Amino acid sequence: MRHIISAMVENKFGVLARIAGLFSARGFNIDSLAVGETEDPTVSRMTIVVRGDDKTLEQVKKQLNKLIDVISVRDYAKKEFVDRELLLLRVEAEEGQKSKLAGVLEKNHAKVLVAGGNAFTAEFAGDHEHVQKLLEELKPYVIKEMTRTGRIAMAKE
Amino acid sequence: MKLSGAKILVESLKREGVEVIFGYPGGVVLPTFDALYDAPIKFILVRHEQAAAHAADGYARATGKVGVCLATSGPGATNLVTGIATAYMDSIPMVAITGQVKTTLIGNDAFQEADVTGITRPITKHNYLVKNVEDLSLIIKEAFYIASTGRPGPVLIDLPVDVQFAETEFHYPAEVLIRSYKPTYAGHPGQIKKAAREISRSKKPIIYAGGGVITSGAALELKALAEKIEAPVTMTLMGLGAFPQTHELSLGMLGMHGTAYANHAIMESDLIIAVGARFDDRVTGRLDVFAPGAKVIHIDIDPASVSKNVEVDIPIVGDAKNILTELNKIVKKPDTAAWLKQVHEWKQHHPLRYHDPDGAMIKPQYVVEQIYEVTKDKDAVICTEVGQNQMWAAQFYKYTQPRSFVSSGGLGTMGFGFPAAIGAKLGCPEKVVFDIAGDGSIQMNIQELATAVINKIPVKVAILNNGYLGMVRQWQQLFYKKRYSSTRLPHIPDFVKVAEAYGAVGMRITKKHEVRQALEKALSIDNVVFMDFIVEEEENVLPMVPTGEAINKMIMLEHLIGSLA
Repeated sequence: MRHIISAMVENKFGVLARIAGLFSARGFNIDSLAVGETEDPTVSRMTIVVRGDDKTLEQVKKQLNKLIDVISVRDYAKKEFVDRELLLLRVEAEEGQKSKLAGVLEKNHAKVLVAGGNAFTAEFAGDHEHVQKLLEELKPYVIKEMTRTGRIAMAKE
Repeated sequence: MKLSGAKILVESLKREGVEVIFGYPGGVVLPTFDALYDAPIKFILVRHEQAAAHAADGYARATGKVGVCLATSGPGATNLVTGIATAYMDSIPMVAITGQVKTTLIGNDAFQEADVTGITRPITKHNYLVKNVEDLSLIIKEAFYIASTGRPGPVLIDLPVDVQFAETEFHYPAEVLIRSYKPTYAGHPGQIKKAAREISRSKKPIIYAGGGVITSGAALELKALAEKIEAPVTMTLMGLGAFPQTHELSLGMLGMHGTAYANHAIMESDLIIAVGARFDDRVTGRLDVFAPGAKVIHIDIDPASVSKNVEVDIPIVGDAKNILTELNKIVKKPDTAAWLKQVHEWKQHHPLRYHDPDGAMIKPQYVVEQIYEVTKDKDAVICTEVGQNQMWAAQFYKYTQPRSFVSSGGLGTMGFGFPAAIGAKLGCPEKVVFDIAGDGSIQMNIQELATAVINKIPVKVAILNNGYLGMVRQWQQLFYKKRYSSTRLPHIPDFVKVAEAYGAVGMRITKKHEVRQALEKALSIDNVVFMDFIVEEEENVLPMVPTGEAINKMIMLEHLIGSLA
């Protein structure tokens, strides 16, 4: 099962290495990890998408909390959070399929940044479901290159 | 007044009450060694940095204070690594200080540069790279605070040489507040009540005590609980000394080489009261069949230890001493008479024993028993190396005091015992300090004979010399058809001559009747003594739970007599 863990950490030298090291040393599986400053410049927020059963997740949270530079750890349960991920991708259509591809991008609110030949370079920001949906609909086309930021999340209120 | 980073370090250590530093000099720590030259802190020059870390660790285990070690950058620092990892696994308070190349050279593959904060990240509770001298005193304050509070552990401070030279105003912070680090000390009252209820309802309770009892200073509270509820007490390796083994409720150590009665008792219990122990794999054996009928109360200061291996019914996070004090106030005695009778029967039927029909060879267990006999009326600290020597020291010596047993439990570090004994003796000069060693382990830090002799640290080393790496040989005998691959240690070197070469006293003991008098003589000598006990070569540590078995499925002495002769 996938969980979104949000960790508030001291914005200090080496914190990312401590967290990454903890995950590798204890054999936890990370799907994605995104980190950035918060409203308080001394604090960074790490959003970690992690897979595991309840027992593993319990250990993930406890071991994160044990790190001296980790201020708080939250496990977002269903529906009480908003999440987003940003994708950049270059996708190509076969001859005659270009306008259909443009339609898919438009319908999904992906923003075309560059259009050239049969390919589009586009950006898309959305929650996990929408990202999955877009990628599903792009399956008939060829994704030449893609990069994703990993999910970020925060509580709804 | 402005002070250099090196002087700030020394001043800060003084304010932390540091009496002794174990270490070794080198290029980038020259400013610090210069500041130490006329400082009122004892500096023990070891012969290998690893020994500095083990000695600081032994000092910490024997005294409860923070141990301090110091080494140069690169190889000096990497030589500390095994010692730091040893302390980390056993939750020992330690501050390790390493020199680092100039801040402007960091990352440049400079001479004697290593990424020491990177290397030690997974084996320290926390670590620091000091980039500005202004931060130094606060970092030292935090390091000692983090090392010694909550679940203790080693903290490393990496100190570049230019920061040691740089000057700033010195203010030592009176206190420290770290917003992200607030250990829980008081146990939740509701959980304590629940635990008391569960205890009063139990019929077959057992107390399972670990090193946390010793760290917390909760031995008296533990004894009060055991006596109040009349429950038997078993201990982990790290917990030895937490409860007197001369007490009728003591079951000694449990686990892979624990007593048969401790293992039977925990497997058959209906309630495990775990205090400062972490259900390590050497204790539980096969996890899915461990203590199937038992509910579990787990008292521990580290929330991450709770329900990590064994599902816990009543967790109580906090300091063991506080929690036991509260628990003792409200707990009511369950009726354990039938249970104690059962436990007593196990004790009668499966005592710890060894086979010594003719006394032809010295049995290593006999040496340990005799060390107990000659030290039981004294204040003694028994250190061990790792392997058979360690297990016999755990089985056949009756520990009655906290901090009287010093051994590398979690990491299982060979070469730990001798330098740890040096540290323990420096911390407790009035106590008799033994290192129970094997002929393999002692050679891993034998160079520390120089440290001990030169600094007049008269530790007594009992080498149980069986000419093998005994524990590995035992596994090869039992599970690899006696194919003794790389475990034979022909009797080289001559330990008596080695001791004498360093100015220590060496003795060789080859007969059973000489054992006691040799030990008594060693105690009367005011010098380091190496006793080379030539013992039975293929003696085994029993009982033994094969890996992957339930802990009541033990190989017992009676299974082996004759069959493997």
